[in-house]
This record gives sequence, structure tokens and C-alpha cells, in this order.
Amino acid sequence: MPDVTKTVPENAAEEAAVAAVGGALPGPKPEKTRSLWGDAWQDLRRSWIFIVSSVLIVILLLITFFPGWFTGVDPTSGDLAKHFLQKPKLGNVGSADWLGYDQQGRSVFARVIYGTRASIAVGFGTTITVTLVGGLVGMIAGYFGGVVDSVLSRLTDVFFGIPFLLGTMVVLNSFQNRTTWVVIGALSFFGWTQIARVMRGAVITTKQADYVHAAKALGASTPRIMFRHILPNTLAPVIVVATISLGIYISAEATLSYLGLGLNGVSWGNDISDGGNQIRVAQWIMLYPSIMLIITVLAFIMLGEAVRNALDPKMR
Amino acid sequence: MGRYVARRLLQMIPVFIGTTLLIFLMVYALPGDPVRGLFGDKGGSPQVVAQLRHQYGLDQPILVQYWHYMKNMVLHFDFGTQIASGRPVTDVLGEAFPVTLRLAALAFLIEFVLGLVLGIVAGLRAGRLTDNAILLVTLLLISVPVFVLGYILKVVFAFNLNWLPPNVNDSTNINELLMPAIVLATASLAYVTRLTRTSIAENRRADYIRTAVAKGLPKRRVVGVHLMRNSLIPVITYLGTDIGALMGGAVVTEGLFNIQGVGGTIYQSIARREGTTLVGLVTVLVIVYLLANLLVDLLYAVLDPRIRYA
Repeated sequence: MPDVTKTVPENAAEEAAVAAVGGALPGPKPEKTRSLWGDAWQDLRRSWIFIVSSVLIVILLLITFFPGWFTGVDPTSGDLAKHFLQKPKLGNVGSADWLGYDQQGRSVFARVIYGTRASIAVGFGTTITVTLVGGLVGMIAGYFGGVVDSVLSRLTDVFFGIPFLLGTMVVLNSFQNRTTWVVIGALSFFGWTQIARVMRGAVITTKQADYVHAAKALGASTPRIMFRHILPNTLAPVIVVATISLGIYISAEATLSYLGLGLNGVSWGNDISDGGNQIRVAQWIMLYPSIMLIITVLAFIMLGEAVRNALDPKMR
Repeated sequence: MGRYVARRLLQMIPVFIGTTLLIFLMVYALPGDPVRGLFGDKGGSPQVVAQLRHQYGLDQPILVQYWHYMKNMVLHFDFGTQIASGRPVTDVLGEAFPVTLRLAALAFLIEFVLGLVLGIVAGLRAGRLTDNAILLVTLLLISVPVFVLGYILKVVFAFNLNWLPPNVNDSTNINELLMPAIVLATASLAYVTRLTRTSIAENRRADYIRTAVAKGLPKRRVVGVHLMRNSLIPVITYLGTDIGALMGGAVVTEGLFNIQGVGGTIYQSIARREGTTLVGLVTVLVIVYLLANLLVDLLYAVLDPRIRYA
């Protein structure tokens, strides 16, 4: 929960007006008051969890955008002569046979590198969509209350009541060509409820703050109150939930791929699923994509954890 | 109390209708046809297909189908017919649910006991080495996808060590269910641990704890009664919503260990576009989820006497 009293409105003129209406004019401003975000940043810089996860995420983003920097091998070209019984040559770091070949003679290392893009794209795409949709629904429900809130909250309950994985499976099953967008859409369709609930709760708390009443009394328009005054104070819990769920969506994409309902093309989930069938003869086919998947999910969950610790004043 | 429960039950009705309708629409509005799926590549003769579609009511508008389905479900407890086998869906449910219930119960027990113990230990030692170690382990547990964990446990404990059987043949045998239950419980276990830890760490500095210690109460009582009772509310909330997730989220676990429960049935009916079976299963899951939530809310009053339901 954000500490409402801590953050001051950014606009100085507004601040003075608000204070004047509220009655108590603040004395001369202290030299340097750090905002919630400034405090959080100071905290984050000192947290080892944050540093480790950021480094991992930067590396993952580099792999996503420039896979060619890491391997020159095509992940989709298979050579059956190098079929899966050819074991990894762990000495040849970075070469095509470093992590061995899969059952179709494709380089496991190249597939691990190129599979990153699918996971990162789905993770970020879903998180952004979910945050926008859920945030808007939560904001409207929380701000207007009454009938609007009842209807939107029941709608949220409906989507929340259907088990997440089950719902996405039903949607994805009817698509033959599952592109990144389709998977993002299916995950978002059932994923927005959590953000909506968090946002609604934060808005309800924030809208009772004095400065919101003051802005209203000054005749600020509804969108202005919503987005300029309330939104900044509801962002902290939403950002925490969004960061953690980014990792969860990457994990969900892999799970759907494992079930045969994920992305078409190169993806860790597909490779783990294929490798699972060879688990007694060629463990490396599933081992290395699994390790990458775990590292990626862990990096985002750790980042979320660090951000939560930094933003939640109670954790101090 | 009685009025509160009645009001909550009434509030469930729109959610229940909305959820079943959503699943119904998703299954039937999206492309695919369960009757065509009965025939092979050649396809059946158009007359036979049309006759079967008529028999299952698939030729009617979707909302009419939904109305008939819900009417039969509520009035006659009739969940329709599974198209692939021709059996009533209630039979299919009756076979699948006990299996999943046993699995979910075992998983629930594991996450409840282990999660609480780990969470209390971490919370009481907040900021110290034990706490950080437990934090790291829980983060790792959350990050490992269920199917990866399942494979790892299978390779290690079933294939290499031969301690546990790799597949479940008899769901009443607790030995066989142990590994899938651990896999199913892992992620939730980590969440329970973290929630308990946060709650305990927050409350252990509260005034009433200082009072209890000052009164000279033994530590067991301070932690076990005073601290626990005040720290359990968020944990109970999570556990309540998790009951539904454990039952419905077992798709992957049940597939991995070849368990013939709700998850397996759900997976098959999605692949075969069996609307009736799927809606039946989801309906039961949603009811379980809604009732679990109600139970959680009622438990609040037990844990915290300040909460009263008029």
C-alpha cells in the first residue's frame, strides 16, 4: 500500500492551491524531501537481489534483441547425422555442439539462445496488456464506485473464477497458427483480473485523501483527478504485482507450450516438451532450456521482490 | 451471520452464471466441432452428422443451448452427455473427482504444514541468515515450472534412485501419490511460506506480543496462540483461493504422472471440444472456488473476533 501522506503533488502551483484550500499552509519547504520513488531507488541500489536480477535481465534482453551475437548457428536447421545421441561437448563453450544436439540434429545451444525471444516477448507483451486493461478497469471501478463498481467487480470475479491455465487452454486450442500475439491475447484475457483488484483497492484508499477532495473542490475534471492525482499514488502496488507476474507469464507460456498449446516455432517450452520424451537417453535436450527458463523466471520474480521491498514502507 | 451467508450465496449467482456462460461461449463460439471429431479423416455422411448434432442439441442457437444445459443442471442435476463416449457427464465427473480430491488434499496438507512451519521460522528470524536462505529457496521454488520440477523429480527419485514409482496406477496408494502431490504443492508452498513470513515478521513487534512476553507466558504460547492467530488471516485467504487452483491446476501434474483425474479429463475435453464435459467440470470447480472463498470469509471472524458479520 502506498504511503499517501508521503508523496507531494509534483506541480508546485497546484500544491500551493491545494494547501490553501485545505487550510494548513506548509511552512518553508525543507531543502530536500525525497519522494516515495526517490526513497525506493536509494533502497534498490543497495539490494543485492536487485543487482543480480537486473544484470540477468539485461543479459536476457541482449540475447532477445541480438541472438546473432551469441551464436552463428541456425536453430531450425537440423542435420540428422548429428542426431540426439551425440552428447554435449561441454568444453566447446559457445559452439554449436556445446550443449549437444536434439533428436533432429539441431543445436541445443542455438535453440536455447533463439528461444529467449519468444519467452521475453510473451512476458512483456502480456504484462503490458494486463497492466493497461486491469489498471483501467480497476481505476474506473474504484473511482466511480456504486453500480459501476458492482458490475465491474462481478465481471472481474467471473474471469477470476475460471482457472487461469484452463481458460487460456480453451482459447488457444481453437487457434491453429499461434503467433506471439495470439498467446499474449489469450494470457491477457484471463490475466487482467489481479491487477484490476489491486488497482481498485489502491484507488479506493487514495480517493479519500484530502488532496483529492481539494482538487475536486477546485474543479479539476474527472480524468485529471484520476490520472494526475490518484494514479501516481496507486502505481506502487501495481508495479510490484506486474513485475512478479511477468515471470509467472513466462512460466505460463512455457507450460502451454509443454501442453502443445503454446507458440509455434522456437520456444523453450516446446523444446522441454520434446526433450521430455527422450528423458532417459538424452537429458540435455530438456535440461538446458529448463535451466534458462528457470533463470529467466527467477530473475523477474527477484526483481519484483526487490521492488516490493523498496516500495513497501512496512518492510523497512 | 445467517443473513450474511445468505447474501453471499445470492451474490454468487451472477458470478456462477457469468463463469459458466463464458466457458460455454468460448467452447462453442470458437471454431471446431465435437461431432465431426467422432469420425475419422473421411468424415461421416452429412445426414448422420446432422442427426447427431440434432440429438445433442448442437443445431440450436448457443444461448438456447446454454439455457437448456443450465436448466437440466439445476433442476435434474443432469450435466449432459459426454459426446465421445456417450456416457452421462455426471459419471465421468464421479470418476475423476475423487482421484483429484485425494491428490489435492495431500498437496494441500503438504503446503499447509510445511509452508506454515517454514514461514514461522523465517518470520521469527527476519533479516537473519535462516530468513534469507528460506527466501532464496521459496523464490527458486516459485520459478521452477511445474512440468520441469515433475521431470526432475521423476528422473531422480523414480529412474535413478527407484524410491518412488514414476506413474500413478492406483490413486488410493499414498506412496504413488506422494511425488505428484509434492510437485503440485511446490509453488503454493512457496507462497504460503512468504505470506506467513511477512505476516509474522510484521506482527512480532506488536504491542500485544510485548504484553504477552511481559506477562511471562512461555514462548510456545506467545508464538502458537498470540502471534499465530493474528498472523494467519492473509495465509488463510491464500489457502482458500488455492483449493480451487489445486483442483483445476492439476492439468500438468496429472498429465505428467498419468493420473486419471479432473486435470486429465479437462485436457481431453478441450482437445476434443467437448463443451458439455468441460462446462460440467468447470462448473464444479467454480462452485468449489466460491464456497472456499465464503468459508475463508467466515474463518476471519473466528480468527479475529473484531470482525463480525451481521
